[in-house]
Amino acid sequence: MTPGLHFDPIRLPPQCDALRAQVRAFLAEEIAAGTFDPHRPGGAELYNRAFSRRVGAKGWIGMTWPKRYGGHERSHLERYVVTEEFRAANAPAHLHFVADRQSGPILLKYAAEHVKKDILPRICRGELCFCIGMSEPGSGSDLFAAKTKATKVDGGWRVNGSKVWTTSAHVADYMLALFRTSPRTEDNRRHGLTQFLVDMKTPGVIVNPVYQMSGTRGFNEVVFDDAFVPDDHVLGEIDGAWKQATSELAYERSGPERFLDTFQVLPALIRALGPQPDVRGAEGLGRLVAQLHALRRMSLSVAGMLQAGKEPVVEGSIVKDLGTIWEQKLPARARELAAFLEPEAANRATLDEQLAFATVIAPKLTIQGGTTEILRGIIARGLGLR
Amino acid sequence: MHTEAKWIVPDESDHMVAETARRILTDLADPQTINRAGNGAWKEPLWRALTAAGLPLAWVPAALGGSGADAADGFAIVDVAGRFALPAPLAETLAAGWLLARAGLAAPATPMTLAPTRAHDRIAVGADGRLNGRAQRVPFARDAQHIAVLADGGGQPMIALAARADCRLSEGRNLAGDPADDVAFPAVKPLRIAPAPRDFTQSSLMLLGAAVRSVQIAGALEAILALSVAYANTRVAFERPIGKFQAVQQNLARLAGEVAAALAVAGSAADAIARADAWDDGVFLEAAAAKVRTAEAATEAAAIAHQVFGAIGITREHVLHRFTLRVLSWRDDFGNESYWAAELGRRVAGRGADEFWPLIASR
Repeated sequence: MTPGLHFDPIRLPPQCDALRAQVRAFLAEEIAAGTFDPHRPGGAELYNRAFSRRVGAKGWIGMTWPKRYGGHERSHLERYVVTEEFRAANAPAHLHFVADRQSGPILLKYAAEHVKKDILPRICRGELCFCIGMSEPGSGSDLFAAKTKATKVDGGWRVNGSKVWTTSAHVADYMLALFRTSPRTEDNRRHGLTQFLVDMKTPGVIVNPVYQMSGTRGFNEVVFDDAFVPDDHVLGEIDGAWKQATSELAYERSGPERFLDTFQVLPALIRALGPQPDVRGAEGLGRLVAQLHALRRMSLSVAGMLQAGKEPVVEGSIVKDLGTIWEQKLPARARELAAFLEPEAANRATLDEQLAFATVIAPKLTIQGGTTEILRGIIARGLGLR
Repeated sequence: MHTEAKWIVPDESDHMVAETARRILTDLADPQTINRAGNGAWKEPLWRALTAAGLPLAWVPAALGGSGADAADGFAIVDVAGRFALPAPLAETLAAGWLLARAGLAAPATPMTLAPTRAHDRIAVGADGRLNGRAQRVPFARDAQHIAVLADGGGQPMIALAARADCRLSEGRNLAGDPADDVAFPAVKPLRIAPAPRDFTQSSLMLLGAAVRSVQIAGALEAILALSVAYANTRVAFERPIGKFQAVQQNLARLAGEVAAALAVAGSAADAIARADAWDDGVFLEAAAAKVRTAEAATEAAAIAHQVFGAIGITREHVLHRFTLRVLSWRDDFGNESYWAAELGRRVAGRGADEFWPLIASR
């Protein structure tokens, strides 16, 4: 028996139109001021603290969180509009985005009250950057194989070990990390890991760069050398992190960032093809447009279900699986469609630049935040196959 | 070997109309039963029950002889027809009634189809008021008593009702064996005729048809997924249900992704048409994209499902082909995915790069 897949055709409520207009006006001002260039991939400073503060001042970080923690108590659909407009415009949201999407919601749920009161308002103001300490040299997709160890000491924990592939660690103020506090048990291999909040300025936390093939410093290795984490920075149940990991996943997996990472290729392709493309260009472009529309409608549908209090775990995983494969293939498809354009054609150079960037970052898209293989395992479980 | 098939509307469906359709089709048009019967004895009682429930003319206002359900209810019936891979002109009669209602024409209480269903076919109204032209591969034409026609009346689109008996049919079949007949209109005198509304063109009709076929494809694809998962959980090979093998799981997860995309994009297009007050770029994007994406999904999903079933799935005895061959056939009606992709691509290119994201974000 298969549970039905649900993708209700939700429409954004009217207040989203006004918000979208405000976001576009703000981004247009930032573009005019030279903060970033929507047509230049990877050109702008990705971690722009001043820009993130201006975004925070607009009320666009922590939008759905309670006002008593600096949030704005707006809907997930309104947050969706902000997220997709930032992505479509190529705006540099790296500094605050991880905190906004996942670290903040985890803190809201599991952090001590005084920690929430201290940190969440600063996230909302665009002052804090978070990184995620999950993967280790011997533990990637197999999250529960993590070995970095937190040992109980007076008043807190001593951490030793290392995390790797940690995006943003070199600028992050905090990490949400998974450390081993007990060995796994005979009957539960997921037991024994605890979630911690780590101040990146803690003595004994050492960040080493790991450069990516794209030339960017996306990755880091983070070494913990007897680093001290106080008791009140434990998040949730000791040894029971495995129970906490799932509920926010649908948000993480189904947002517009899961299919818009190479989006800039598409407007560049439209410019290069011109207003009257030949049938090959038109058909190829039309398919990409149809596929993008389908993904966005799926993604928005999941956002609507989440807003309604449902838990579309399988649907969310499907959005990430299809979305990341689509954004990964996009530069390859655009390259084929541009193959017979005149080399000197107007806008060809911009397209080539976008293609080069997107092609080099494409492989990571189906790895970060849950590989294709892991996602399909989750989908198969949802179908009742395992 | 006969798996517990669940080609049903989700239980929490809030469409009473869909529930009625589901009940009738379960009783009178069960795909497995039709497959075993191998004759058309089921057709007459089915149509009587559908008509008694007012389903075929759901999109026709009561004043014009229909049951006056709203647009969403009509699409819910189409969805159920898809889930049952129904080999009868229910979706066609719905669409024909819808077309007639555009021009305020009353609909007869008979099985109908409509023409044209191919984007490049043209039917004209001559100075004598008669219909001339040809429509290729009109679904279920020979089973229909009437054909709703969109014709060109010298620059003014006209909507007409023709008796099938007045037309010349050249019989054909689609991949699934359902009638797909070429219909010639040799100076056919229409039974009724009236002008189409101002902004209604052949493109509008193709968009509606594309949305209808998309919804049918999506419904049938969900049935294919349910069949495939049920089979993978019961068929044992190498001493395990094949669904326990990761390679099979990954394939079924891909199948689920294609089904999900089809459901989302088709449901969205139906909703868009139900809400639309004009045939604007937004509706065009929704319906065209739905046909492109559901057709792509049909291609992928049929291949994966047959791979899961192995040899049994390609036998006539097994019910799978009733679904896979229909979704593959439905790709071609009312503009195939290549046609709509090119149309959509031209429209997007014509609007220009700066107007691209605003179009996507407007839906």
